Amino acid sequence: MHTLVARTMAILVLTLAFWTSALAQDPRPPEGVRLALTYTPGTRPAVLVLPVDGADGDSVRRILERDLDFDDRVTLISLDATAARALLPRPGGEIDFGRLAPFGATAIVEPRLTPAGLTMRVYDVGARKLAREAEFTLPVDVYGPGWRMALHGVSDELGLWIFGERGAAQTRVLYTGGDGQIWMIDSDGANARRLTSVELALSPSWRPDGSGFAFAGVSAGRWRLGVSGLAAGSTRWLSAIQPRGIAITPAFAPDGRSIVYAHGDEGGTSLWLASASDEGTPRRLTAPRSGDNTGPSFDPAGRRLVFTSGRAGRPDLYLMDADGTNPQPLTTSSLALRSDNTSPDWSPDGVRVVYQAQIGGSFQIATLALRDRSVRQHTSDGENEDPSWAPDSRHVVFSSTRTGARQLWIVDTESGRLRQLTRAAGARLADWSPVLIR
Amino acid sequence: MKKSTVALCVVIVLSMAACGKRMKPLVATPISTAQADSMERARQQAVDDSLRAIRERELERERERERQAALLVAAQEAEAIALITGTVYFEYDQAALSAESRATLDAKIPALQARPAFRVRITGHTDERGSSEYNLALGLRRAAELKAYLVANGIDATRIDISSMGEERPAVAGSAESAWAQNRRAEFVQVTDEP
Repeated sequence: MHTLVARTMAILVLTLAFWTSALAQDPRPPEGVRLALTYTPGTRPAVLVLPVDGADGDSVRRILERDLDFDDRVTLISLDATAARALLPRPGGEIDFGRLAPFGATAIVEPRLTPAGLTMRVYDVGARKLAREAEFTLPVDVYGPGWRMALHGVSDELGLWIFGERGAAQTRVLYTGGDGQIWMIDSDGANARRLTSVELALSPSWRPDGSGFAFAGVSAGRWRLGVSGLAAGSTRWLSAIQPRGIAITPAFAPDGRSIVYAHGDEGGTSLWLASASDEGTPRRLTAPRSGDNTGPSFDPAGRRLVFTSGRAGRPDLYLMDADGTNPQPLTTSSLALRSDNTSPDWSPDGVRVVYQAQIGGSFQIATLALRDRSVRQHTSDGENEDPSWAPDSRHVVFSSTRTGARQLWIVDTESGRLRQLTRAAGARLADWSPVLIR
Repeated sequence: MKKSTVALCVVIVLSMAACGKRMKPLVATPISTAQADSMERARQQAVDDSLRAIRERELERERERERQAALLVAAQEAEAIALITGTVYFEYDQAALSAESRATLDAKIPALQARPAFRVRITGHTDERGSSEYNLALGLRRAAELKAYLVANGIDATRIDISSMGEERPAVAGSAESAWAQNRRAEFVQVTDEP
């Protein structure tokens, strides 16, 4: 109860502070923040989304606003629909920049529902003019998964207009649910659905074209690699991989034609390369008896791999060429501190590797910049594991026990802002999709 | 009624006969040939019945002895299989055998040697700490370590299959050392399918 009161108070105080600052702000945009310019870290242009007329208008506005909020590159000027409606231009009328100026918006977004979908206008408040306008077609299944994804696509396009880089709202996350099956959820937490029904399904890995995924599964008591489309129950087991020992942690090469995975037997667990079309014989990448090697992740060009290896004792991250040559350590754990480094994921822009690092006895999400090997820690509460990059190379999804039961959370690696993605306990081993443009 | 009268007469005659030589029968009860034959058959039947009962009892004792022997064999077999399928426990983050787990393993060897057709799958498990994916590799290393020990002690390698469930199938739920200690284990199960 106290927490609730404290929270309400905090929200009130923050709202007041925001309004004071927004009202006091100079109507001109701050220096260096303009439309169609690149995003500058640390600055957040303020964006106001105008209300949307029509039966589904409020839902459309809510989804667009939430996407922009989750994108973490703008400060959303939050006005309730009634207050904002007073600011709407009359049909066919012009935006009244004079009346909107006190809200401190750098950009004003005006969505309008049309019979076919949506017309989007973005106004540059500083220049007092319409900056961009486009028509978007929306599927007819209003509130259905396709309709929501199309709307997320509109949000991502707004990111492209404002910053020159698409957002990552039109994406989904695959993960292992508390029931030991593969699930998929939209990036905003909507439409969670189960995709497999096998004995156990772990470590989903998106096909780079977003059409399906590979995973490690148990069938008839044995480990196998499965491939699946996004329709429930479309699992097929790869027959080229012998169901002996363990076959785990598959990862598609960026061209989608091969899968690197870990296969373990009496001699340890090694990385192997197999054809994604289940042809030919798998080829060994890591040297025999070089400890346990798991969790491979390709660089965006498909030329190198980062993976976990226990070849020096404690598990650490290693790099090697995609053909298995030139292995080299990337992290150095401390034996005394039991500071394991595992579960790497190479960022889509190729610049960083995110992984789980054991720090002070618990697992935390860390990123390592490949240029200078500097490390940043992004979490500190609970056990935080198995990170995966969003296609924007900025947000990371991971599992966390920060509120008790294990759930998927998303952290903005730039601001540290967190949000919870899943609501059913036990979610883990997430893989964030590429941008899923229809 | 007639039968009981006859029987009573017979009893009287016999009892008088048993009373001694001095007493003469007061009444000589006549017995027909047919009655004598019937009595003889009854006597013979009684003898046969008792002989059959004796044989039945002996057979039953024999069967009981066999049952007991079979039970003993089954109990010994169950004991041997319990030895073979007994769980082996590990230290935190270790695949190496402790003295205690070595003893558990040593007890399996004669039982496995006496049953050359018996095939096992060793599945390694870990506690919940650490990367769940890397724990699958650790579980497999535990199973591999046990297999190597059994093979070094004369068990045919083709009889032993290894696998791992990492932290996916805990024996005991919980996030304390008492639960973890029971979850860091390798389980042995008989397999009948092809290797």
